[in-house]
Formats: sequence, C-alpha cells, structure tokens
Amino acid sequence: MSADAIVEVKEVGKTYDGGVEALTGVSLGLPRGRLSTLLGPSGCGKTTLLKIIAGLIPPSSGEVWVKGKKVDGPGPERAFVFQDFALLPWANVLRNVAFGLELRGTPKEQRFEVARKQIAEVGLSSFESSYPHQLSGGMRQRVGLARALAVDADIILMDEPFSSVDEQTRRKFQEELLELLRHKQKTVIFVTHSIEEAAYLSDQIVLLSPRPGTVSKIIHPNIDRGGRDPDEIRRDKNYLDVVDEIWQILKQYI
Amino acid sequence: MTLFGKKVPILFSLAIWFIVWELIGQAKLSTIIPPISGVLAAGITILPTAKFSAAVSISLRSFIVGMALALAIGIPLGVVMARVASLGKILGMWVNIFISAPISALVPVLMAVIGIGETTVVITVFLFAVFVIILDTEIGIKQADRSLVEMARCFGARPYQVYTKILFLCALPEILAGVRLGAIRGVKGVVIGQLLIAILGVGELFELYSQHFLMEEFWALVIIVFMFAFAVSESVAFLERRVDYYANTR
Ligand SMILES: Nc1ncnc2c1ncn2[C@@H]1O[C@H](COP(=O)(O)OP(=O)(O)OP(=O)(O)O)[C@@H](O)[C@H]1O
Ligand SMILES: [Mg+2]
Repeated sequence: MSADAIVEVKEVGKTYDGGVEALTGVSLGLPRGRLSTLLGPSGCGKTTLLKIIAGLIPPSSGEVWVKGKKVDGPGPERAFVFQDFALLPWANVLRNVAFGLELRGTPKEQRFEVARKQIAEVGLSSFESSYPHQLSGGMRQRVGLARALAVDADIILMDEPFSSVDEQTRRKFQEELLELLRHKQKTVIFVTHSIEEAAYLSDQIVLLSPRPGTVSKIIHPNIDRGGRDPDEIRRDKNYLDVVDEIWQILKQYI
Repeated sequence: MTLFGKKVPILFSLAIWFIVWELIGQAKLSTIIPPISGVLAAGITILPTAKFSAAVSISLRSFIVGMALALAIGIPLGVVMARVASLGKILGMWVNIFISAPISALVPVLMAVIGIGETTVVITVFLFAVFVIILDTEIGIKQADRSLVEMARCFGARPYQVYTKILFLCALPEILAGVRLGAIRGVKGVVIGQLLIAILGVGELFELYSQHFLMEEFWALVIIVFMFAFAVSESVAFLERRVDYYANTR
C-alpha cells in the first residue's frame, strides 16, 4: 500500500508553544485516489495532523512528503475544507468558490467559469449570488467543498466537514462525496467523530490514541460498494465488523 | 427622540429646540443668546463674504491635509501594531496615553516649536485624529477571523494578499468607526488649533466675533462648523452602514 502513497507522514511530532504535546511519532501513508479517515478521541491531534499535512503549521519533529516532495508550506496540490467553513462574509458564493483561483491570479471570466461548474456540481446553481449568511450550514459546507474542488487539487483535506448538519443531509453528503470521488480520482483525508461515517466511507481508517496522539491502529475496511444501495451496505457483515472493531478500540479511551 | 411614546422625526425635534431658543433669545435673558432668527440672518449675510470663504478654504485645507496624514499613518501603524506583538505593546501604551490626553494643551508647545501658521493647525488636526484611528484599526485587525487567514494561506495567498484580501476587509467596520471618530476629532482640532493661533481661518473669525461681541455671527459660525462635522461623520457612517451587512454576520 505505501508504495502508492501520495502522502507520507514520517515520525511526525508536534508540541505547541505552550508546551502541549499534541502528536508524537505519527507515521502513515495515504494511498492515492482513496479516502482515508482520521478517527480518535477529542483533543488527540486530528486537526493538528491535518494542518501539518496541509502545510499550515510546521511539525516539531519528523516530516511530511507529498508526491515525493517534502512539505514546507501549503501547496496547490492540496486543498482544505474547513470545519467552520471559513467563507468570506463579504463575498457571494461565486466569488467564494473562485477565491483559490483569484489568489493565483486567474482572470475573472476564467475563474468564474470554473467556479460555476463546481457550484453546479454541489447543487447550488441558484445560489451563486447569495452571501454566506443567507445559506444554511449544509449549504455553506458545500460552498467550502466547491471552493476546494475549484482549485483542482489532487488531495482534499476535510476537517469534520459534516459535523454541523443533520443526519439526513449528512447521509446525502456522504453519497455525493463517494460519487464525486469515484469519477474524480481525488485523494481525500477526512476527520470525523463518527464511527459509522468512517466505516461507511473509508478505504483506510487511521485510529489515533488520546493525547499525545499516536497511530494506534490502521484498518482497511474492504467493503464491497459496487452498485449496492446505502442501506444494504450498512447491513453488510464487513461493515458491521469494522464498526465493532473500531468501537472496541475507542472504548478503551473513554 | 421620542415624545409621548411616539417617534419624532429629527427635523421636527430640531424645530422644537429652535423655537425654545427663539423664545429665550426674544426674552433677552442673556446677551450671549440672541434670537435664532437673528443668528440665521447673520449666517446668510456672512456666507457670501470673501472673508468667510477664505476662512473656510484655509480651514478645509488644514483639515484635509491633517486627516490625510492621520489616515496614511494611523491605519498602517494600527495594522503593524496588531501584527507585531512587541511593537503593539510598546506603542500601545503611548497610544492609550495620547488618546485620553488633552491634546489642546500641546498646541501652545507646537506654536512655540513650529511657529504660528497653517502647519501647526495641520499637526493639531493630525494629533486629534490619529490615535483613535490607530486604536480602532489595531482592534479590528486583532479581531480578524483567524480561520479566514488560515484559509487564504492554505489556498496559496502571498503575505500581501493576506493583508489586502482578508485582514483589511475583516477590519473594515472597525477601521471606518475609527475614521469617523477621528474625523469628528479632526474638526475639533481645526477649530481649537486656529482659535489658539487666532490669526487663521475659522478660528480668526471666532476670535473677531467674540471680541466685537457679534453674538449672532458667532452662533451662526458655530452652527456652520457643527453642520460640517455632522456631514463628515454622516458620510463615513453611510459607508459604515454599507459594510455592516457582513459585520453583523461575522
Ligand atoms: N494553537 C494551539 N496552541 C496550543 N495548543 C493547541 C493549539 N491547537 C491545538 N492545541 C492543543 O493540541 C491538542 C490537539 O488539538 P487538535 O485540535 O488537533 O485536536 P482534535 O483531535 O482535532 O480535537 P477535536 O476532535 O476536539 O477537534 C489539544 O489538546 C489542543 O488543546
Ligand atoms: Mg479538530
């Protein structure tokens, strides 16, 4: 598996300025074109690890390699979907989605064209000129996702993207995300608190121990999704076994 | 203003005050309060005079130059103070001292050092306006949404883009509030500076009217200056309201 890892995390540790040790000795590989989830108790350093991979904060020890290059800052091959959406309140949906391209200096017409396509893909075409405060939480998250897709990064980092939506919307999102990944060949790293979500979506689940976070186990669910409907998958023996396996591990951390 | 539980339009409430003023003036209770009708008449006679327009143009010039300096120095300084913690601490103390200090007391010192002229008035306007602009800008930048900054960096923003596309816009409501307060103080600065110098612009007129006890002209000028300050503050407030829609939703 690690032969085809697009992201390699090598012995990464992070101690914050105040002396809080958030991560220690984390090593893992994220397979290309697959969806990996980070799962672990609150405060175990999931967001920290995601930001280190994004290049937003430097690790205190160890290193991260993306596509064979050592990370020393954010890069165009990585895009982030934020838990709190991080949308510009003064810009409408179209401008928000085009923002990544705006920063790169893409001409207006061109970037709006790309943005319109992505907005259509997340189903918000009639809201192009709405402002973030006029949208629901779920819609804002779609804008955040469209923005990440608009820059056409290979790797999409998502920090609890579905944590602020209701269960129905969440399940709808999950389907859309799987659909999107199937024909876009993106590598996704996804932080979640939901065992079911992790088991349902992932090709690989990385379980982190409580602070300071270390990798306690990596699980490869191997659930056959091919053409089956979601409810059927959720009754699948493999799926249920994975959910149980994760629970047995997380249970110890309570 | 509300009266008997009903909202009274601002013009109407002004009218009430003018009637009260007129009655007091007509009653000749005090020589320093002439009837408002006389004040308005005096205003109409002084407006077209060459002396008045000369006074206005020199005062406006001092105000505009002083304010421009206050904006050009105050906003960048506020930004730097918010972003460089050590500088913010060192300078913050001085800004806080000066923002509450009676700047008027400094004008005689300025007169002694710089001389009795327009430059002194310009610097007075600058000193009156700059500190509140620095302080509000600093607050605005400090409160700027950190996750927006992170987002911009993540999508490859260069450092200058973080300032122009995120921090400045996040802080715009606070910056505009600072500009409005600064401009009001700046009007005070022109008048006080010129009054103390007493040979320039509006200040010279005030001096002239009060020495010759021309109370009607004196009050007319007070009203004109007041209306100018009000107009300046309202036009900045108009901009503030336009950016408010997102300030409320931050
Ligand atoms: N900027 C910071 N400065 C100091 N300590 C921090 C900082 N950010 C996070 N921490 C600490 O590092 C630890 C890990 O934080 P992190 O946000 O990565 O956890 P998490 O796994 O994402 O938690 P959650 O599931 O609640 O989102 C926490 O104890 C937190 O208090
Ligand atoms: Mg987190």
